[in-house]
Amino acid sequence: MTLNEYHQPDDLGHFGKFGGRFVPETLITALQDLEHAYAVTRRDPVFQKELQSLLRDYVGRPTPLYFARQLTKKYGKGKIYLKREDLCHTGAHKINNTVGQILLAKYLGKPRIIAETGAGQHGVATATVATMMGLECAVYMGTEDMARQEINVTRMKLLGAEVIPVSSGTRTLKDATNEALRDWVTNVRNTFYVIGSVVGPHPYPMIVRDFQSVIGRETKEQMHALHGRLPDYLVACVGGGSNSLGLFYDFLSDHDVKMIGVEAAGLGVESGHHAATLTAGTPGVLHGSYSYVLQDADGQIKSAHSISAGLDYPGVGPEHSHLKDTGRVAYVSVTDDEALAAGLELTRLEGILPALESSHALAYLDTLSPQTSVDDLIVVNLSGRGEKDLPTITRAFVKGEAEKASS
Amino acid sequence: MNRLSKRLESLRRDNRKALSLFVTAGFPSADSTVPLVIQLADAGADLIELGIPFSDPIADGPTIQNSSEVALRNGMSLPKTLEIAREIRKQSDVPLVLMGYANPIYAYGLMKFLGSCKETGIDGTIIPDMPLEESEEYRTMAQQCDIATIFLAAPTTPPERLVQLDQASSGFLYCVSITGVTGERQALAAQAESFLRRARASVKKNPLLVGFGISTPEDARRVAALSDGIIVGSALVKILQNANAHHAIDHAVEYARSLREALDS
Repeated sequence: MTLNEYHQPDDLGHFGKFGGRFVPETLITALQDLEHAYAVTRRDPVFQKELQSLLRDYVGRPTPLYFARQLTKKYGKGKIYLKREDLCHTGAHKINNTVGQILLAKYLGKPRIIAETGAGQHGVATATVATMMGLECAVYMGTEDMARQEINVTRMKLLGAEVIPVSSGTRTLKDATNEALRDWVTNVRNTFYVIGSVVGPHPYPMIVRDFQSVIGRETKEQMHALHGRLPDYLVACVGGGSNSLGLFYDFLSDHDVKMIGVEAAGLGVESGHHAATLTAGTPGVLHGSYSYVLQDADGQIKSAHSISAGLDYPGVGPEHSHLKDTGRVAYVSVTDDEALAAGLELTRLEGILPALESSHALAYLDTLSPQTSVDDLIVVNLSGRGEKDLPTITRAFVKGEAEKASS
Repeated sequence: MNRLSKRLESLRRDNRKALSLFVTAGFPSADSTVPLVIQLADAGADLIELGIPFSDPIADGPTIQNSSEVALRNGMSLPKTLEIAREIRKQSDVPLVLMGYANPIYAYGLMKFLGSCKETGIDGTIIPDMPLEESEEYRTMAQQCDIATIFLAAPTTPPERLVQLDQASSGFLYCVSITGVTGERQALAAQAESFLRRARASVKKNPLLVGFGISTPEDARRVAALSDGIIVGSALVKILQNANAHHAIDHAVEYARSLREALDS
């Protein structure tokens, strides 16, 4: 094992030239307070003990590293393992971070929690932990996402959260984030903003990464116990980029481990209807940090498209931008149809219904597996489960069956 | 010293308060901005803040968000905002400040932007999402171009940071009256008062202009008493939004006059 030679971000939250803190002045003090609270609690044994016990007893960690025999057999090449974040409480990796951030909110004495959500997984995770800790919670969600992730909207309401519909702009995650930031600017004195991905102003990208890095740490231990060595490939989907960075982070200094981030190509990158920010974007400022964004020549943010609400975002975490430019991680993209097909395939082969987000990582196996050898070890992050996507998946399934019947 | 500093200095000597009016470039229509600004200046505005529309204005409330969306639909952009400024400058010496979010300015290029500002006759810039820590390079370049860099200070800003913001600012320091986004507020002056007293004690270099939430002549009078001047944006944009297209400018001018009278009385 190599020494950890990767040290990012710097004191001002820069990952190379990316990151930073591009927010209205009203929020600067709150971000400095958060930075300070995080530095203190990181070294506080009482805080860490509470975090660890919640991750174990409430979230259900460690999550298994499952050897996908049928999937491996299908490709006949490298051994495919699934990191089962879909088995976390609430059904996705998002809760690893919300537990940590809401403990920080309590430490800072903030009685009110706000969050943005796209697919609703982060919103559900936030509402869940907030209610368990007795805090008031409001979740901003675009009206288009509310329609396609109705199940999660109901769950948040059952959990006692207020779901605030956002009908401005593209009515998806980008606009929900704008509205959450406006709420925070207004109510900053009593409100803690739980950001759900490795995006936003410093210190959020660092904090979310650190709370999600448990995914990679466990994977490393589990792989070591199984094979006595590091994996050869790590594959994860990238929207904002929290599950992928959570898996990758502990391996960044292990130069033999190849990492692949899979973005949403939507209807195809060349169609213009996609969310492949690192593949097709350019550096700019969105939601508080300097990173790759989808924008036009005038610097207006373009709307993204993905069948998966959790990936339907025209920005990406600044650390991913840095890892792209340094070449440490390879970023690729798969289309809506490829992701859907991969999700259905996993359901039939392994009896696991994956989230549409995670299905993007699975779809890349079609490209990756043929390049591997039988001794290679591949880990795919199964970031979430697919029940929330049943309406979308069912429509695709029924359409597929109908096409089969008529042909 | 550019037009902006000269104007604020002359107001100070005369013991008068500054009236700064914000308009979104290209709102309500692409060709309305030039005549609107000229007439607002004639009606008593000491400086004009010309807003560069952006798709994701996180510091703005619904009124200015809507005006940005409309302006973008009208084909407005950063280069077109500069064209409007150039046209205004041909007809008027009113101090002009561009207010815009960081992304379109980065996309245009920081140095190119400042060069264009200088060449166009812009006197200063306000970039609400580029705080002190991210602005060092920009400030150095702006100083070379004699373009004022106006920073915002908020009620959450501690005293030592107020001093830093004052040092980094030129032209004036923009005091945000209350925590929140742009837009009209009830009971504004009472909330703003303690912050403005604090700001007054820390800020020595620059005039203090106060914005966010000021809408009535009464607001204007009360806030001006605690500062060197006021900034009105959303209330003016709302008048333009609600008025019949043919009378929009007349209504705006009438409103500007009422603010001027309140400040001078």
